Amino acid sequence: MTSTNPTLDLAGGASAPPAGPRPARRPSSRAAETRRKWYEIIGLTTPAVIVYVMFVLVPMGFAFYYSLFRWRGVGPPTDFVGFDNYVLAFQDPIFIDALRNNGIIVFGSLLIQGPIALGVALLLNRNFRGRTVFRLLAFVPYVLAEVTVGIMWKLLLSDAGTVNAFLQSLGMGGLVQAWLADLDLVIWTLLFILTWKYVGFAIILLLAGLSNVPQELNEAAAIDGASWWQTQRHVTLPLLGPTIRIWMFLSMIGSLQVFDVIWVTSVPAVRSLGASATMATYMVDNGFFARLWGYGNAVAVILFAISFVAAVLFQRFLLRRDIEGAITRKAN
Amino acid sequence: MAIKRRATTVLALSITTALLAAGCTGGGESEAPPESDLYKNPVTLTWWHNASQDGPGKTYWEKVAKDFNALHPTVTIEIEGIETNQLQRTRLPAALLSNDPPDIFQAWGGGEIREQVEADYLKDITEQVKDEAANIGSAVEIWQVDGKQYGLPYRMGIEGIWYNKELFQQAGIAAPPTTFDELNDAVTKLKAINVVPIAVGAGDKWPAAHWWYNFALRACSVDTLRKASLETVFDDQCFVKAGQDLKAFIDTKPFQNNFIATPGQNDPTSANGLLANGKAAMELMGDWNRGSLDTVTEDQEALGRFIGWFPVPAIAGSAGDPKAALGGGDGFACAKNAPAECVEFLKYIVSPEVQLGYAETGTGLPVAKGAEEGVKDPALKSILEATTSATYVQLWLDTAFGSTVGNAMNDAIVAIFAGSGTPEQVVEAMKAAARK
Repeated sequence: MTSTNPTLDLAGGASAPPAGPRPARRPSSRAAETRRKWYEIIGLTTPAVIVYVMFVLVPMGFAFYYSLFRWRGVGPPTDFVGFDNYVLAFQDPIFIDALRNNGIIVFGSLLIQGPIALGVALLLNRNFRGRTVFRLLAFVPYVLAEVTVGIMWKLLLSDAGTVNAFLQSLGMGGLVQAWLADLDLVIWTLLFILTWKYVGFAIILLLAGLSNVPQELNEAAAIDGASWWQTQRHVTLPLLGPTIRIWMFLSMIGSLQVFDVIWVTSVPAVRSLGASATMATYMVDNGFFARLWGYGNAVAVILFAISFVAAVLFQRFLLRRDIEGAITRKAN
Repeated sequence: MAIKRRATTVLALSITTALLAAGCTGGGESEAPPESDLYKNPVTLTWWHNASQDGPGKTYWEKVAKDFNALHPTVTIEIEGIETNQLQRTRLPAALLSNDPPDIFQAWGGGEIREQVEADYLKDITEQVKDEAANIGSAVEIWQVDGKQYGLPYRMGIEGIWYNKELFQQAGIAAPPTTFDELNDAVTKLKAINVVPIAVGAGDKWPAAHWWYNFALRACSVDTLRKASLETVFDDQCFVKAGQDLKAFIDTKPFQNNFIATPGQNDPTSANGLLANGKAAMELMGDWNRGSLDTVTEDQEALGRFIGWFPVPAIAGSAGDPKAALGGGDGFACAKNAPAECVEFLKYIVSPEVQLGYAETGTGLPVAKGAEEGVKDPALKSILEATTSATYVQLWLDTAFGSTVGNAMNDAIVAIFAGSGTPEQVVEAMKAAARK
């Protein structure tokens, strides 16, 4: 990675003036400059590229390769079945349940967390006593480990748990539920837990976005006689757009791949009946526990494909103006 | 943390590169030395077992390894205790695939050991362990494939019904039921005194599935079950009958409310906890249950007083052998390329002295003759007697049929418990899984 460019002042260090284009350049030095640039690019990116290729691309390739086999993880895969595993997955009603549950979590998270986070962020962005404490409280669930959250809610929501006892003591015994075992209810219970866990992340993101809204615009709006609501609606919200879209993107991808909280909180029996399965838990239940390694890999590839398509579509249609020039080519 | 992980990555990368450069000549390809070389050269045995939690089981294995090293100073044993699910589902399969398996490791027998043998992972130890196998008896068949021995058990027991003697007395049940009619009768009497007749941890799936296994054991002939294990063929009508009998039994409402959410063991709200704390009168469970009950009870003394055990009742006029029982165990096997000392160590583990010590830890029932005295608990003693007097011990069906069929079967049985599945769907699921 050492440069061969004779015009570069190697000894100069940081204090040396920038090289800049020099008028009296020999024609060869321009080529050397390009070469130097490429050495730099290759030298700086190679380690990252190697890691990326070895630990992301190669495993992905293997996953796809294995997914074409009927393979139980004993001995090398030999029984090539083409796309049978993919067909099997879409024929399994439990996998369809898992897809539906992921759908509920994706849209449920966006529709519930979005408005709550926006409201709380706008509130917390005003000046009042104890603002820091409230900001901290809103963020605490997000900082807790997934497994901790899962076990905590599992205990709270068990039959003889705190939630049911609380309802009983308020004289609302009729509302007592088998929160995690009722096959129709459990996915909504899980959606509630996920909302509780991740709304803090949305709030923090939006608060960061709000701090980027120039104070002058608010003042200008105030001078023009806009009410607080009008200011939020016509000044703050539009400027918050990029932040909201990025949050939607992260929330969507996270919801598609959600695993830990569901795995810890849900009862294995309820999961195997499809009521609380997601694509990721279905993958582990089938890949490792039923020891269908080829099939599990097929589910992994499906999960990846769905996330990938969702991500690309989202970027194409909603994120385009935010990332223009960064990832895509700048529109003239 | 981040830096450490990166360092590991770099290390892994350089190792990989080195391996590639060396043309991947690594791996334990050395042939087992001839008998005469035994204990001549220093060897290190890696040992993976499932006693991962601190307790008498884990401590005992450490002692066994140390004692063996004292007897044979050339052999050093490196132990790794790994939680069962992790060990069985991910760690072992991956290690076996990568050609760098531990030398001696946990083996559950049945369909799994059959698959491992077919992939040529295990050492054939038939000749070396003849005496040990004879001393253990018919239980060793579970670790055999096509008549050859590939592993040996150190723990084995049949399952039965653990019950609360005091509650039985209060309900006016004179003697433990010996037929299902008597069991149904007992359920009615227990309901009358307002206790849960039977606790079942259906949330964990397998405790519920074991009820179906027992109905299958009563409905199917021994030959049908043998054939099902060897060929994964489930055409016999007895498998449907098992589901029908189970459904009829569930309809008598013998279990606690909301059993689909109840875990099997390990906490006070589990089926174990209900029995251990006097809230339920019965539970279907294996021989390990004695120790598990101790960990979830509020009063160990009371538990010791009221806990009893009886075999699963017979069903009048059924095809199955009424003296047959379901059971299972834990064993160890040696990897194909493990040094010859591995087999010696395996023989040491199942020797009467070591087995006696194992029995005294109270973590399970020993298999070797001469270790019976180590069993002190009266309930465990009755299991030991029942195990020896059983005419046929059928391995847990999910283990016997292998994980794939076993998992599908358990899921479909749970659906019957949940009220959404049918007896026919269980058999369909098993057949479909056998093709997967």
